[in-house]
Amino acid sequence: MNVILTAVAVLCIIGAVSSAILYVISQRFKTIEDPRIEQVLEALPAANCGGCGFPGCNGFASAIVKSDTMDGFYCPVGGQTTMDNIARILGRTADVSTKKIAVVRCNGTCEHRPRTNIYDGASNCAIAAALYGGDTGCSFGCLGLGDCVDSCLFDAIHINPETMLPEVVEDKCTACGACVKACPKNLIELRKQGPKSRRIYVSCMNKDKGGIARKSCEVACIGCSKCQQVCPFDAITIENNLAYIIDDKCRLCRKCVPVCPTNSILELNFPPRKESKEETAKAEA
Amino acid sequence: MLKTFRIGGIHPAENKLSAGKKIVNAALPAQVMIPLAQHIGAPCQPIVKKGDKVKVGTLIGKSVGFVSANIHSSVSGTVNKIDKVMDASGYKRDAVIIDVDGDEWEPTIDKSDTLKRECNLSSKEIIEKIAGAGIVGMGGATFPTHVKLTPPPGLKADTLIINGVECEPYLTSDHELMLEKAEEIFVGTEILMKAVDVKKAVIGIENNKKDAIARFTEISKSYPGIEVQPLKVKYPQGGEKQLIEAITGRQVPSGALPISVGAIVQNVGTTFAVYEAVQKNKPLFERIVTVTGKEVKNPCNVRARIGTPIKNLIEIAGGLPDDTGKVISGGPMMGKALPNIEIPVAKGSSGILIIPYSEAKRKAMKDCIRCAKCINVCPMGLNPTLLMDLTEFQIWDRAEKQKITDCIECGSCSYTCPAYRPLLDYIRLGKGKVTGIVRARKN
Repeated sequence: MNVILTAVAVLCIIGAVSSAILYVISQRFKTIEDPRIEQVLEALPAANCGGCGFPGCNGFASAIVKSDTMDGFYCPVGGQTTMDNIARILGRTADVSTKKIAVVRCNGTCEHRPRTNIYDGASNCAIAAALYGGDTGCSFGCLGLGDCVDSCLFDAIHINPETMLPEVVEDKCTACGACVKACPKNLIELRKQGPKSRRIYVSCMNKDKGGIARKSCEVACIGCSKCQQVCPFDAITIENNLAYIIDDKCRLCRKCVPVCPTNSILELNFPPRKESKEETAKAEA
Repeated sequence: MLKTFRIGGIHPAENKLSAGKKIVNAALPAQVMIPLAQHIGAPCQPIVKKGDKVKVGTLIGKSVGFVSANIHSSVSGTVNKIDKVMDASGYKRDAVIIDVDGDEWEPTIDKSDTLKRECNLSSKEIIEKIAGAGIVGMGGATFPTHVKLTPPPGLKADTLIINGVECEPYLTSDHELMLEKAEEIFVGTEILMKAVDVKKAVIGIENNKKDAIARFTEISKSYPGIEVQPLKVKYPQGGEKQLIEAITGRQVPSGALPISVGAIVQNVGTTFAVYEAVQKNKPLFERIVTVTGKEVKNPCNVRARIGTPIKNLIEIAGGLPDDTGKVISGGPMMGKALPNIEIPVAKGSSGILIIPYSEAKRKAMKDCIRCAKCINVCPMGLNPTLLMDLTEFQIWDRAEKQKITDCIECGSCSYTCPAYRPLLDYIRLGKGKVTGIVRARKN
């Protein structure tokens, strides 16, 4: 009996002493976390995608609370509403930034781009890209093995089994940029979503000379610069035989689309074109 | 008891179909495409332009940076253009395209076949000559030889190892070269010994080349300091670190260069190129290529000028067989499948292997059954299945700790895997990523 009592007493003493030590230490080394970090964290979507450039939502919250401005901070998943909420918590004002969306700049479907090889190695774009340029004549185009699909946390990009090209689901894409980093061919770009999701872009990354590009893919940009000449807003640049539309300058007039001899400029979500008066007149005559 | 390395290794079917076939000279092509990046390191700067007349051996690409090698014209004729051409990397890269006209050599080159043994040059002069001739490691890695012969300060080699292992199945180009140019290789070895100032050289040859071992042992009697070491047949014995261990018993520490254990390794093909460069003033513009395959009518060893399209070599071997699954540049273990047969021969093309469709087709991957066969065969003592998973899930810090950068890409793991898992494909990807991360951290 005595043994049990002694044991209990000893344990109590050890417990009391340790709790005293722990209390003193916890008081001495107390860390005061800014309560706003918790509030900001609650306002964030908790996707932990890293699209903001910080390691997860927690990293973003601590960084934005520590910083004095809203510059350089943007949660692509939450978008403008989230940023407004955070700004309210921190007593700052959020800049209005435009919503962006991922765009795949390759239109080399099976019918446009004849296959020259068969790849049956590991089903991973990065591995295939390290081996060679791809199973068509174009070494810049989509390999269709779905590294972008694997990288997407929001189920917003899928390979279309008919075209073997990735397609972005507009409602789901948060422009976190994971697919941009995953694509070894650098085909995916974040572009302005545009009013009513209307966008115009050059759906090609082929930097070969015109003739070679055209031979390997029917819808390749051949760098003919017709679109550049027709653009009234100086929004199109041609570099390395490849046209690029600067989305900050583009006013969506669509003049470049019909002049492209290879149909490599794509327009999305526009209403169907009205036939111009001249053409109607011709048809009537 | 034959020597070999201690851990791992496999013994794939040798299939040396072209063994014993005399080297034939390939006819000059009508046009050559000489890539400006035929070595590890920075691509060359072209120093010729359209319309320039060149002779055989004229310098056409000048090396830029320390790790780089000169490139010479392999034919005489007129530069047609400098354009992007698909090379063995599978991508279009800059190449000098020359229209062939006759076969006029630079007058400085000694075209005779006579053996020239004496070499009175100093170590520095020899290395300069090797650098000038644009010699790279001819076993396939294409690392510039003059860089390898210039060890970092404070380190000194005591043994020169000549790699006559040729452990890749099918390939016989080194074997045939050893039989036909044995004396020249010995002189080349002496020159290399002088260049790195060592008194001892060992030529390692696998025991499946008994004729070469016999001939080399005979010749070595008149070359003091050079000995011949027969080795047990085991893949990947031709790997630098494996060969050093097999011959000297020393293990190269992880991440270190072979020089840290006092060894320098050179391939027999490189040694022969060194002989020709130093004694005959002949830059590296041709090499021996094995053209082989089970369906190939006439497997052979061809001496081809750099820049010859490989389809010309396939013609010499009897044309492309009907049953062609893949055309591989190099051997079946470490070689690389080519997207077409217009690709030019480069300094690192040791072989062209044509494999039938049934063998080329990769079997569908199944789940890992944790049999640990890949761990058993890995000559670097790594855990391939773990490295593959770490790469797949992009856990780079653990991959680095598991020494993914030590992988020599020999492919023993993929070869042995009963579930047909593409282990090496993933490990190679992860190795590249981790190397990039480590380099970024250092800068």
